Amino acid sequence: MSMSFAEIVEQRQGGSVAVSAGVIPAIKLSTKNLSFFYGETQALFEVTIDIPARNVTALIGPSGCGKSTFLRTLNRMNDIIEGTRHTGTVWLEGADIHDKRVDVVALRKRVGMVFQKSTPFPKSIFDNIAYGPRIAGEKRKKVLAEIVESCLKRAALWDEVSNRLKESALSLSGGQQQRLCIARSLATDPEVLLMDEPASALDPASTARIEDLIFELKENYTIVIVTHNMQQAARVSDSTGFFFQGQLIEMGSTLNVFRRPKEQATEDYITGRFG
Amino acid sequence: MTSANTPLRTPAQSAELLRGHVTVAALKERLIRGVLFLCALVSVITTLAIIFVLVTESIVGVGSNTAFFQDVSVWEFLTETRWTPQYAEQHFGILPLLCGTLLVAGIAALLGLPVGLASAVYLSEYASPRTRKNVKPILEILAGIPTIVYGYFALVFVTPYLIRPVFQDLLGFNVSIYNALSAGIVVGIMIIPMVSSMSEDALRSVPRGLREAGYALGSTKFDVSARVILPAAISGILASFLLAISRAIGETMAVTIAAGQSPTLTLNPFESVQTMTSFIVNVSQGDTPVGTPSYKSLYAIALTLFCMTLAMNLLSHFIMRRFREVYE
Repeated sequence: MSMSFAEIVEQRQGGSVAVSAGVIPAIKLSTKNLSFFYGETQALFEVTIDIPARNVTALIGPSGCGKSTFLRTLNRMNDIIEGTRHTGTVWLEGADIHDKRVDVVALRKRVGMVFQKSTPFPKSIFDNIAYGPRIAGEKRKKVLAEIVESCLKRAALWDEVSNRLKESALSLSGGQQQRLCIARSLATDPEVLLMDEPASALDPASTARIEDLIFELKENYTIVIVTHNMQQAARVSDSTGFFFQGQLIEMGSTLNVFRRPKEQATEDYITGRFG
Repeated sequence: MTSANTPLRTPAQSAELLRGHVTVAALKERLIRGVLFLCALVSVITTLAIIFVLVTESIVGVGSNTAFFQDVSVWEFLTETRWTPQYAEQHFGILPLLCGTLLVAGIAALLGLPVGLASAVYLSEYASPRTRKNVKPILEILAGIPTIVYGYFALVFVTPYLIRPVFQDLLGFNVSIYNALSAGIVVGIMIIPMVSSMSEDALRSVPRGLREAGYALGSTKFDVSARVILPAAISGILASFLLAISRAIGETMAVTIAAGQSPTLTLNPFESVQTMTSFIVNVSQGDTPVGTPSYKSLYAIALTLFCMTLAMNLLSHFIMRRFREVYE
């Protein structure tokens, strides 16, 4: 418990911090002056951020600070909520995702999402994973089976469920359900994975598995994770953004944000003075 | 929270609890309880009384009164293909009535179930809150129209202006003015609000997270509706279907007017048929003497009807409970 967040970061990453600090990564997602409104209530204020590719970016901040709302603007998930609107711009690899020509369905295939509460469909384990490929038109059983196997393996769930793929996904434990949801997102072959407090409802062992998984997935995916758990941010992320009252207060490498926060509010939050 | 050591009340307060004025409140409470219980009892007693009458008149005779099935064998009732209680040569085969009932209910289901479900999906998944607010009351008005109006509508509008122009003038069928199709169509319209409102409840009770998960995987609205929400709500939807069919089977006035009064064993939707319910109307209105087999056949029919709708309702409850996905 006495270990500081900065120490957690250093201990876990070892040399890799220096490496990733030395290379300027490509920018996968960025926003400029993004504001967001639920009806009359403004939830985000002029957020400008660059999210590096093949990295884990953690968004931290107290409850209601807008971090989840922000995350949901990145795949236009807020579109399905009535009475919301935004100003400002979100780019995915330089393309404005709100452009009229952008197909939001295609966007969400590229930018997948995992939710706080695991959301397995009331179908078999197999059918859950095969959902994405199937709606994309894949019908060949052999191909689907391959996708299911590889996604379950990447989500570190294959060994536990390989002999019961036909069973209902609802029969899995909470931690398994969450990994199933991650596997299901991977099956649409996304480039970005948005995770909204993916481990907050899980026990410590399941949380550790999810965190290990996030660490492995960043080899191939750009991951943005919202968390209220600062140890978690310190354990898994490369860069960290601190949200407070709808504003992005500070964004930088995780090590720097935890070791030398530039803003007083950030320091107050990570030292536990509020939130 | 009070800690274990602090007393909850002072001794004086505790003494008050045991004293006088409480009894008035308690009496009142008991009285209210009794009145409410009696009200609840009314429907239970009515149900039991109806079952008693149906059984004594049709299965076991009481006193000098013989029951229907003591005069007519169950075998004849279920297999005889003629239903002629009012003729000199009496035959009591339920098949023509059963067939008429199922024909009308089947046509109603073919029309009402898909349309009702589709409108439920529209209201739950596609419609904006404003549209939903405007459309729902209209559906409820549809549910509130007296069924006799539907029957009249079938006879004076559906048959002459919809069915005859298409099936008789265009396709050459012989369409009787009383026919199963018109009855089926209006009963189908009648059950739409029921299917739609119950199915919509089932669809809307699917957790929002499932919808979002669907969209997050790059689903279109149709993908989410058809592949995520519908399967998740299937128990509620099936239950609404069964209740609607049960309602269609029990529907009386509309089919009495629209389908006619001829107990014919036919699957031809353009012919006049008689349903079990309209036979009951027919005999109740007529001059059938009490105690004759023809009179008692009413009870046998009613019992059959009762068993059919009861079975449907039980099945619907069973499906609701057995197949409901449990979401935390």
